Formats: sequence, structure tokens, C-alpha cells
Amino acid sequence: MSEKFQLEIISPDRSILKTDASEVVIPSYEGEMGILKDHTPLITFLRPGLIKVKNGTESKYFVEEGTVEFAKNNLIILTSTVKELSKIEKGFIEGQINEAEKKIKSNELTDKEKYLLSYKLNSLKAINQ
Amino acid sequence: MPSLDDLKKRIKSVKSTQKITKAMKMVAAAKLRKAQENAEKGRPFSQKMQNIILNLTKSISDPANAPKLLVGNGKDKVYLCVILTADRGLCGGFNSNICKLAKVNFKKIINEGKNLKIITVGSKGLDQIKREYGKYIVKKFSFKDKKIISFNEAEIIGREIISLFNQNEFDKCILFFNNFKNVITQIPQAQQIIPVESQSSEIKDETLTYEFEPDEDEILEDLLPKNISTQVFKAFLENAASEQGSRMTAMDNATRNAGDLVDKLTINYNRSRQASITKELIEIISGAESL
Repeated sequence: MSEKFQLEIISPDRSILKTDASEVVIPSYEGEMGILKDHTPLITFLRPGLIKVKNGTESKYFVEEGTVEFAKNNLIILTSTVKELSKIEKGFIEGQINEAEKKIKSNELTDKEKYLLSYKLNSLKAINQ
Repeated sequence: MPSLDDLKKRIKSVKSTQKITKAMKMVAAAKLRKAQENAEKGRPFSQKMQNIILNLTKSISDPANAPKLLVGNGKDKVYLCVILTADRGLCGGFNSNICKLAKVNFKKIINEGKNLKIITVGSKGLDQIKREYGKYIVKKFSFKDKKIISFNEAEIIGREIISLFNQNEFDKCILFFNNFKNVITQIPQAQQIIPVESQSSEIKDETLTYEFEPDEDEILEDLLPKNISTQVFKAFLENAASEQGSRMTAMDNATRNAGDLVDKLTINYNRSRQASITKELIEIISGAESL
């Protein structure tokens, strides 16, 4: 099982990661999605959650939103909010949780926003444990 | 013939100008490296984004119902031109080149009997355009006090463009900026962002059938506004690098010209110094002879 494909994570101001991966799990808009080599071409969005990159070792990235394209064994993740989990400070997560909790309590949100926020909260809390 | 003192003063003033231009060149060179890096790092994002959208466009089943941001609203009466320039001068033809290209386009649009609306970003472009086309300017932005232009600023402009579009204020939107090719060459560019123009060179021959999640329309609706901000941001990055590159070359030339001028003035100065010494000697000798 050493079948690998190219993964690239790009933010507007720089390319964050460019590597081979054997499996990538992305928090797609409609649920977590594992991608292996020779996956069918795909375009989707991300909701807040964790990207897991498996390549012998596993590394995790926290994202809030993004767009994903997979074609010809090239996985491209475009996002402006990505942080490697091991490099996040604890204060950042707590700040984000507080902010999200405040937001979710206000009643001016659409269902879609609420949906996204609840995912953000859940994944942030999961990280914090 | 200027007096010796005048020449001396001029040499001194040219030399101090040279010092200024040299310092500006150094600063621009240092900033250029960073700006260039940023521009190059930012390119993949906007390119990939454009690619995804092109791929999506190809697989849209019903063009009539496609989002308006993508295919336009079918009219081409009102043009919105977004001119991106610098906030500072002394950078050679940088600002003028963008404005020149923009003005050519303005003329064409007006001659075709279409309406024109202008958004200027950066104060230098505003100065050059407001004299002739001032009445068309609908909005002006300036990020003079910002040191680094981030994605947020691009989003402000992107949002403005989208809200104007949703209010049916314009039908087509064109961005004007300088594309950074290398330090000496920057190419002023006009890029149409609404509706999205498919660049023929980028279209690949083979079409892949994509799986969409959720469906195409929803993805497009989310992606298109993002794409506009991304394209604006790309234009910002390219512009920033171009500005520094342009300034560096301009200041390099200025420094060299100042050097040439100093040489010429020094020769003049020495010549007139010698002439005056010779004149004085002749006066003394002929005075002595007549005694």
C-alpha cells in the first residue's frame, strides 16, 4: 500500500504544503471524506474541521473553510484559514471557541451559518481535549 | 557662464539628490524581494481558483440558470473599471502605464456609446484620471496607511464590486493592474472578472467529469465571490511587486543620470576655474610688463 498522490494546500499568500500522501481525510461540507489514490475527480467545499494527512505519519491541519479539487491524482486544497495543529497555541483555540459560542447564541444567523459554526465548535472542542 | 560659486552649489545639490535616489533604490530593492516573493507565492492560489471555475463552467448543464457572476447578465451597457495603482510616486512609468492603458479603454467604451463607471484604488491613479474622467468615478479606495496589503483589503474591494453588481449597477467589470514579469518589465494588463472570461490558453483539451458535492450551482455561488476577491488580491500582489521593481529601475536610472551630471558639472567647474586662473595670470603678467 504505497500508492501515493500529490497533495497541495495553498492559501492566498503562499503555498503551505506540497507533499505526497497516501490518504487524506477532509472535512467536506457534507461530511468527512477520505481520499485515496485514483479517487474520481471531485470538487467540493470544506466546513470547519481537521484535515488529516496520512503519509506514514499523520499530520493534522485545522481549517475553517476552503475549496477542494481532486483531479488526476492531484489534490488541491485552497483555503485562507489553515493552521497546523501542532503549531497552534492553546490560547488561540480557546479564543476561537469563546467567539464562536458568542456568535451561535445571537439569533441573527441563517441555518447555514449555524451549521458551520456548530461544526467549528465541535472540532475546536475536540482538539482542546 | 555661471560663476564658480554657482557651479559648486549645483554640484552639491545634484550630489545630494543622487544620495536620495540611491537610498530609495536600496529601499525599493529590499522591498522588491519581499513583494516579488509574495507575488510568486500568491500566483498558484489564483490560478488554481481560476482553473476550478473554468472546469465548473464547462460542466454546467443549464447555462441559462448559471449564476450571473459567472456568465454575466447578458447585457454590456455599463462597464465598471477598477484601476489599481500605487499610493506613492517616484516609480517611473508605473502609474502612468496603468492609466494610459485604462484611458485607451475608457475612450473605446465611451465611443461605443456605453456607460462607464470607475473605481480607483490608490491615490496616484485617482490624480491622473480625475481630470479627464472625474465624473465617472463612483468610488475611490486608498490603503495609504496600511503597510502590507492583505487579503482583507482585497475582500473589501471584492465585496464592493459584488454589491454593485447585485444592485445592477454595471454589466461588465474590468481590472487594470501591472503584471509583474521581471524587475525591468511590468506589463499593464486589463483583466475582465465579470463575467469570467475563459482564457483560451488555459483550457485543457481533455475534459474530466467531476463529482460535485454539493451540486455545481451551490459551489459556484460560494466560489465566485471568493474568486473576485482572489483576483483582486492577485492584482494587488502583482502591483506591489511591479511598483517596487519599477521604482528600483527608475531610481537606478536617476542615480546614474545624477552621476553623469556631476561629472559634466565637475568638468565645467574645473575648466572655468582654470580659465579664471589663466586670466588672472595674464592680467598680472601684462600689468608687470607695462611697468
